[in-house]
Amino acid sequence: MAEYHIIDRRENPKGKNLPNRQKFLKKVKKTLKSQVRGAMGKKNITDSSGTDISIPSDSIDEPTFDYDRTTGEWDKILPGNDQFLSGDRIKKPTKQGGGTGSGSGGSGGGEDNFNFTITREEYLDIVFEDLELPDLIKTSEKAAVLWENVRAGFKTDGNPSQLALIRSLKNSLGRRLALKKPTELEIAKLEEELNQGGDSDILQPLIDALIRKKQAVPWIDPIDLRYRRWDKQPVPNSQAVIFCLMDVSASMGSNEKEIAKRFYLLLYLFLQRQYEKIEIVFIRHTDTAAEVDEHEFFYGKDSGGTIVSSGIKLVNEIIENRYPIDAWNIYVSQASDGDNSPSDAAACKQELDKLLPLVQYYVYTEVKAISSNMYGYLSVTSVWKLMEEFAKTNTKLIVVNVPSVSSVVDIFRRVFAKKPVKK
Amino acid sequence: MNQITPLFTSSDWDFELLHRIMHECGIIARDELRLDTYPNQIEIITSEQMLDAYASTGLPVMYKHWSFGKRFSRERDNYTRGRSGLAYEIVINSQPCISYLMEENTACMQTLVIAHAAWGHNHFFKNNYMFKQWTDASSIIDYLVFARNYISNCEEKYGEEAVEQTINAAHALMMNGIDKYKRPQKLSLVKEKIRQREREEYIEKNINDLWRTVPKTTVTKLEDFDSSSLLKQPEENILYFLEKNSPHLETWQREILRIVRKLAQYYYPQMATKVANEGTASFTHHYIMNRLYDKGLLTDGAMLEFIKSHTSVLMQPSYDSPYFSGLNPYYLGFEMLSDLKRMCINPDDEDRRFFPDLVGGNWVDTFLDAVANYRDESFIRQFLGPKVVRKMKLFKLHDDKKEETYLVKAIQDPQGFREIRSTLADSYEMDDWLQRVEVTDVDKKGDRTITLTYAKERGRTMSESWKPMLKYIKYLWGHKVKLVSRRGHTIGEM
Repeated sequence: MAEYHIIDRRENPKGKNLPNRQKFLKKVKKTLKSQVRGAMGKKNITDSSGTDISIPSDSIDEPTFDYDRTTGEWDKILPGNDQFLSGDRIKKPTKQGGGTGSGSGGSGGGEDNFNFTITREEYLDIVFEDLELPDLIKTSEKAAVLWENVRAGFKTDGNPSQLALIRSLKNSLGRRLALKKPTELEIAKLEEELNQGGDSDILQPLIDALIRKKQAVPWIDPIDLRYRRWDKQPVPNSQAVIFCLMDVSASMGSNEKEIAKRFYLLLYLFLQRQYEKIEIVFIRHTDTAAEVDEHEFFYGKDSGGTIVSSGIKLVNEIIENRYPIDAWNIYVSQASDGDNSPSDAAACKQELDKLLPLVQYYVYTEVKAISSNMYGYLSVTSVWKLMEEFAKTNTKLIVVNVPSVSSVVDIFRRVFAKKPVKK
Repeated sequence: MNQITPLFTSSDWDFELLHRIMHECGIIARDELRLDTYPNQIEIITSEQMLDAYASTGLPVMYKHWSFGKRFSRERDNYTRGRSGLAYEIVINSQPCISYLMEENTACMQTLVIAHAAWGHNHFFKNNYMFKQWTDASSIIDYLVFARNYISNCEEKYGEEAVEQTINAAHALMMNGIDKYKRPQKLSLVKEKIRQREREEYIEKNINDLWRTVPKTTVTKLEDFDSSSLLKQPEENILYFLEKNSPHLETWQREILRIVRKLAQYYYPQMATKVANEGTASFTHHYIMNRLYDKGLLTDGAMLEFIKSHTSVLMQPSYDSPYFSGLNPYYLGFEMLSDLKRMCINPDDEDRRFFPDLVGGNWVDTFLDAVANYRDESFIRQFLGPKVVRKMKLFKLHDDKKEETYLVKAIQDPQGFREIRSTLADSYEMDDWLQRVEVTDVDKKGDRTITLTYAKERGRTMSESWKPMLKYIKYLWGHKVKLVSRRGHTIGEM
């Protein structure tokens, strides 16, 4: 009977091709990048499905010496003849360029594309490549309120539950070797020699001495024992809260809201990769502000005037009540079409003065679509003016204009682009 | 009386059942078909692992390269979009012979796959002369481990990019890295020992820092080669030629060329025996499954399930079907071997005329001979009978690309049979689907230009891929490369 084995490999690590896949993605990176960035304009970013990628195949071609299959003579044996007789002539399908259905694999390698799908993770990697959170470290050190136990070598006394077995036994072994503790085997050998008629006058004292010594050197001694040592270390605070602040007054159309939504989502996904825990607070305002849930935030209808300070004020209140700044990294993203009640400027200033020192980043996005500007140039809105004034002295405040859905990604990338390292 | 109970009555399987299946299949395979196999290693894997296995053509160990990632990406897409199913099994020509079985398979499918791969393919690997001549089943896995480690060491030492470029070039020439006609070298123990020592030295050099201070040995000069040995006759194995003669390659690059060449040579018998190999495996599983059923070891239900998957794997769509994509090697091989068996057992006058030697013989002897001593081209030339041609309704279509029409040259009638058989056999010659290119000249005294010659056959010109190919060859050769037709007409230079 030929021998055989049946092996269950199902538990073996999968993803054997991950390195190959990464090599492949690296090779097509340029095309990949441009396609991903292109796809972002159209694709809903929370969509967890993969993204279709189409790579011109000449960049990843694997050529061989081959015939040009549109030239020369070819004979084929085909199955299923149901109508032909020897000598019959069959008109070739008319196709420009001589592609006759018999495979045009050899001709023009660079024309068709290689299509495949990248996963959401791979997609986001590319979207957020080269982006960083500014000033993250500085404040998180300040905010270190959590402690974590970290292994830090061994100590000679401690709790039995922290006994380091392997280390202790290593010590024991070393000590036993150093003190030449006799082994069972050595004694057994001598005893056997004795049993087989060895000289008991010599052997017996030897055996007795060995047994005495064996008893004198303990197998494990308190001095062998080692305990695991733990140190407390501060862990950088890794939770963040995002305040999404949006003007929902009548002047904000669905297009503007869509732009804002995309910006929020990008920010959320980006921060998700930096922090372990993220909370989002949705605040919408007209002339009064309210904290709402996500659906209500994006789709709820409301009307009224616009008082921006009401929103900022609510942010301040919520931070004070729920998000102590030593435990949370705070981000505020405000979207507005720039309209504000003229009388509100002073209140805004006051609230911002209070808020800005508390936050990591404050992004003001003006979501005015260019098309809505009937004058053909962008007139400076009152909120823009106010924010720009702040931005001059405060690097935490970023003011951007996002005119259309398709520009969201580019602008987001510009806001968070890695700054060149200052020497 | 001993009541015989079926092996299984539901589609669930467990490891104990697999053992019983192996046992029962083994009895039939050995005692009735007289199959002689390598030891079997059956590995149960998940569908995800099956996809992984695809990328490296099933080999359990493989070096890393983007082209495998490309293949993997394509297969995974095809699978997740439902464009293609997964293979039920992959089997590797190694000793022990590894067969991958998917965990999703039903008990019936596992039986089928075991009969097909662990007995059919395994016997073919061990007994077919192509495999005996060109591959060494016992060492392939060790060699792959060496190759993977070697290449990843190279990546560390010489940079991923340089390694990738070398592999790119070597892969492009993979089909030109096969010895097809040269008598295979007898494996000489001494030579292998020397190679092994060289490899060990290589490893040692990597470990021992002292070696690094030894000045680099000078690059081999082309003039140093014995010119008579450089190119006695045209060399079809371009990879081999470059590995041995390229003046500028580093040792590690030569080793990579060698690795790729060895792999190509390992794959070569599989390419040349697709019909015979799949035919053998299908014939084997068909026989074993039927015999299990006869013995009462398979239920009617299991038999129906078997017939369903057997017929869907061995389906041959007609030339005008949207599913048509060439001849199905499983079907062709299976029909031919079944026809052989029928000729032995139940011959008629036609068989006596066409196959006088086979008629009335022992069918198992005939089957084993057909399995052992032929590759697709000779297998078809020798054994394709008129009955199979009629059953498959084969016809020969002549396609002159200059003409407006195709010409039907022969059909499945008595006059056309021989022509169909001969053309079909020809079509399994590698030269029919792969452009042959040889190294024919090296300008040793002048600028070291290497000349490659291709034979223009039946008016077929070369595809545009010669341009990137010359680029790759130039990368490996380091000097000018020239491509000419056999009549001396220059196609291109680089």
